[in-house]
Amino acid sequence: MDKENAEMNAELIPRFTWEHVVMAPWRENGSFTIWIVLMGFFVTAGCGLIGNYLLLRRMALVGDAISHSILLGLVVGFLIFREVTTPVMFGAAVLTGLLTVGIIEFVHRQSRIKVDAAICIAFTLLFALGVVILSVAEIGGPVHIDAECVLYGEIAFVPLEPLVQMGQFVLGPPSVLRMGLVTLGVIALIAIFYKELKITTFDPGLAAALGYRIGVWHYGLMGLLSLVIVSAFEAVGAILAIAMLIVPPMFAAELSDRLVGRLLWTVIHAVLSSLLGYHLAVWLQCSVAGAMVVMAAFLFVLIWWAKLTVRGLHRYLMSIKLNRASEV
Amino acid sequence: MRQVGSSETNPPPLEVHDLTVAYQKKPVLYGVDLIVPQGAMVGIVGPNGAGKSTLIKAVMGLLPLSSGWVKIFGRSYRESCQRVGYVPQRESVDWDFPINVMEVVLMGRYGRLRLGQRPGKRDREVAAECLDKVKMLPFAKRQIGNLSGGQQQRVFLARALAQESDLYLMDEPFLGVDAATEAAIVEILRELRRQGKTLMVVHHDLPSAREYFDHLLLLNMRLVAFGRTEEIFTPENLQTTYGGRLTILSEVVRVLSTQSENR
Repeated sequence: MDKENAEMNAELIPRFTWEHVVMAPWRENGSFTIWIVLMGFFVTAGCGLIGNYLLLRRMALVGDAISHSILLGLVVGFLIFREVTTPVMFGAAVLTGLLTVGIIEFVHRQSRIKVDAAICIAFTLLFALGVVILSVAEIGGPVHIDAECVLYGEIAFVPLEPLVQMGQFVLGPPSVLRMGLVTLGVIALIAIFYKELKITTFDPGLAAALGYRIGVWHYGLMGLLSLVIVSAFEAVGAILAIAMLIVPPMFAAELSDRLVGRLLWTVIHAVLSSLLGYHLAVWLQCSVAGAMVVMAAFLFVLIWWAKLTVRGLHRYLMSIKLNRASEV
Repeated sequence: MRQVGSSETNPPPLEVHDLTVAYQKKPVLYGVDLIVPQGAMVGIVGPNGAGKSTLIKAVMGLLPLSSGWVKIFGRSYRESCQRVGYVPQRESVDWDFPINVMEVVLMGRYGRLRLGQRPGKRDREVAAECLDKVKMLPFAKRQIGNLSGGQQQRVFLARALAQESDLYLMDEPFLGVDAATEAAIVEILRELRRQGKTLMVVHHDLPSAREYFDHLLLLNMRLVAFGRTEEIFTPENLQTTYGGRLTILSEVVRVLSTQSENR
């Protein structure tokens, strides 16, 4: 019986060998590996950094909403311009992102509907519109946008894209370059406007009283969020991008109670989850984006559990100390 | 228009004319007219839902006005926002936010900094001085969630002090603080008044309001009375403000009777 189980497991989970899982991807297929891991890192870091602000503003669901409603923007953008170039993609994403947030606030303000319900109404409506227009367009013309690709993405296809070249230099696959630029942009904007983002997130009342235009910062952040999500789309798709918005900040929140510290831990988490996630995918021969998200979540659970254990141990040691003291 | 000692040359710290504010078309403040003289320490008193916090927020332009206007030192709020210090209600922020005491107080300096500019050495010195004034300097590096309610309120006060303003608007600074902290805060407010600053403080406790403030603003959706405390604190005014609420009225009777006994 035991032997039978073992054989079944052997089929389901491939054998882990250091050589095959860790060394081979870099030695035999280095450029392939580096683009995938780099893309994973850019996605996780870019989403995670913005995600810190979403979590602190209690807007985690808004990331979910925008990642779905962007489908409408992409479809409409494609129908109008008949091409999917970066400017069209970015423009469509930012417009639908802001439209989503605008609708959420309008519904919430003009009725008794609470914010969470307003979010659900707004993004399902826009997503459904996207689906309808997409299916109509498919019948009327040679348009095909793969719904599965939009939902899950496929990071393993990234190295197969024709590489962008600049004279002699090979820069890399276009989606990695785009995501890299967006992530660098996110880092630069957070560094420059650190003070403004902090005060409008922590105490919008005081910020407004001091003369800050909190609406500008709110919509600016939402526009940036839309850019990050649309760039992450090709790699991880709509659903996994949401995980990358939320999991890295949760990991960072366990490790630091300063905003700077949390942003740094988010980047470290991005390195670990993209690298370890890729090797997990090589080992299990599974979806790379899925493995990266699983690894990201696993790292969070690990830290969480470690903190609970340390706290429990601390309490136990204290109780022993107290017992001894009372005995004396 | 109720007016308490103003001069033509110096515009008053706060002038409010026919201010009406509505939430979802339901008015919460009607036609408030007000001129606050410089150096006044005004207690804003009224029952729950009287619009005390609304008045403060409307003055700062945090709420849309249905009608009327507000002038701070003779100008619009936006033009003089540098001269206004604000202490929001303690519940208005998330105390689990990843930020320490010093960073919160430094936010009081943010109004003076340009876009993208970081607080400098001078800002840190001012923030440290303000923390020292409220006796919170030893806690400068503490995460704000690890403070007691009274300590949190003192941090908010230090942040307002760091604004180095001329007019202070404070929303329930005594809410949920112990007696010692309350006394310490009152002392700081009096020190501010001695420096010629003007203060408007939302307060919920009637007996101590009479003791703390030299001016009272009685509010119940409309302005019931505004002026010097000794002139305003009358049974008639308080009855108009609080309506027929027995518990509050008996409180007033008690306060007034102890007042006459003391004489």
